[in-house]
Amino acid sequence: MTKDIQAFTDIMARFVEMVGKRLPDDVLKKLKELREDEDNVLANVVYDSMFENLEKAEELDRPTCQDTGVVNFFIKAGSNFPYLAQLEEALVESVKIATSNSPLRHNAVQIFDEVNTGNNTGQRAPFVHWEIVDDSDKIEVEAYMAGGGCSLPGRAITLMPSAGYEGIVQYLFDTMVDWGINACPPLLVGVGIAGSVENAALLSKKAILRPIGSSNPNPKGAQMEKDLEEGLNKLGLGPQGLTGKSTVMGVHIESAARHPSTISVGINVGCWAHRRGTIVINKDMSYEIISHKGVTI
Amino acid sequence: MKKVLKTPIKSEDLADIKIGDVIYLDGYLVTCRDVAHRRLIELGIDLPVDLEGLAIFHAGPIVKSENGKHSMVSIGPTTSMRMEKFEKEFIQETGVKLIIGKGGMGSRTAEACKEHKALHCVFPGGCAVLAATEVEEIENVEWTELGMPESLWVSRVKEFGPLIVSIDGDGNNLFEENKIIFNEKKDKLVEEISNKVRFIK
Repeated sequence: MTKDIQAFTDIMARFVEMVGKRLPDDVLKKLKELREDEDNVLANVVYDSMFENLEKAEELDRPTCQDTGVVNFFIKAGSNFPYLAQLEEALVESVKIATSNSPLRHNAVQIFDEVNTGNNTGQRAPFVHWEIVDDSDKIEVEAYMAGGGCSLPGRAITLMPSAGYEGIVQYLFDTMVDWGINACPPLLVGVGIAGSVENAALLSKKAILRPIGSSNPNPKGAQMEKDLEEGLNKLGLGPQGLTGKSTVMGVHIESAARHPSTISVGINVGCWAHRRGTIVINKDMSYEIISHKGVTI
Repeated sequence: MKKVLKTPIKSEDLADIKIGDVIYLDGYLVTCRDVAHRRLIELGIDLPVDLEGLAIFHAGPIVKSENGKHSMVSIGPTTSMRMEKFEKEFIQETGVKLIIGKGGMGSRTAEACKEHKALHCVFPGGCAVLAATEVEEIENVEWTELGMPESLWVSRVKEFGPLIVSIDGDGNNLFEENKIIFNEKKDKLVEEISNKVRFIK
């Protein structure tokens, strides 16, 4: 292993560890706003616990939630970044190190053998998704800890065009009422719309990686996000589903052009403890943390 | 004043506790989740811990182990509904009095809570460091072959909570009541939004 790859591994191990312990700035800001607006007694019992928990996690330097998830990496790799071939191995190593240093919970169970590997790595774990960015010599890594609770409501379906976007609305609301309460609301909701389930599902995960407050680039998409957000909040699931003024931290839609015969929708939700982090690493191994301003690792 | 239950819990201790109440726990709390439930009920394997009068936590913690001594780093609730398939029989067989998790449980668990006088409570999800600081000591661990999340961690806890009662000893079910309200609102909201997204025309 070269010196630079060693440095990359160390940075990513420390970064993953930090993502498990601190919420990103946008999520914290949104939670504070929702707490301010809340007047339901039980909801406020829960909000008090949430914020006390975040303080204790920082003070004691521990993961905010015991379910530190299966680590997902979404990479935007510059085509001129020099270490592309070694990156995946380095990321796997970084998860092993973070698992023992943090510590993270052991969350990788091998399929068929049903054995927990004990270090959060295994077949396609951590999950790595690549995008190549032309002419850049940097790499942007989005680390996301996909917990079990907020992965459970995840689903995708292919509707017929006759169901229309109206069918998407119905599918989302059904999912939220049936499963949203278990996923630790207020939730960040991701909706993917495409022509096949796997495209829609992947886009729904990408949607919850977008910063809260950002909008779909299409004005109709942005409006639909807003309408869904307002509508879901009117449902009033409240924190932990105990009723309250809000259900969601936001609704994000990502899309890909669909086949004329199909309209597929994927749904993914992030829990209130939405552990996502963005880091940009340059080829000289200097780096900047985008999601958590002022935090050092 | 805080309402604090102490293990071993007796049926009469639960008599005046209702859904929506906030309570706390002193005493013994044992983590029990998917595989422990499956082993006892489906596979008929006896639990290595006597749960009579105790509390279980649907949770898989992060534990630090050094020189044979375990300490609780982070422990929060997992989705209780995953255990719905087994919980009624689990309550019958073990005599457990307090089930702690997150989200609600279904009608079979509520029946067992009524018949055997037990409660289901919600510990705020994701508040795992808060919960860990309310654990005084991990006294024992069983079934470690299941890995860290699924092992039975036997903890002594002090004022463990807040615990929001979601099913009480009369079988009332807070989440089921809430779900009726959510479903009533849902149809109208879906219709309103659907009218705004008729993009295929």
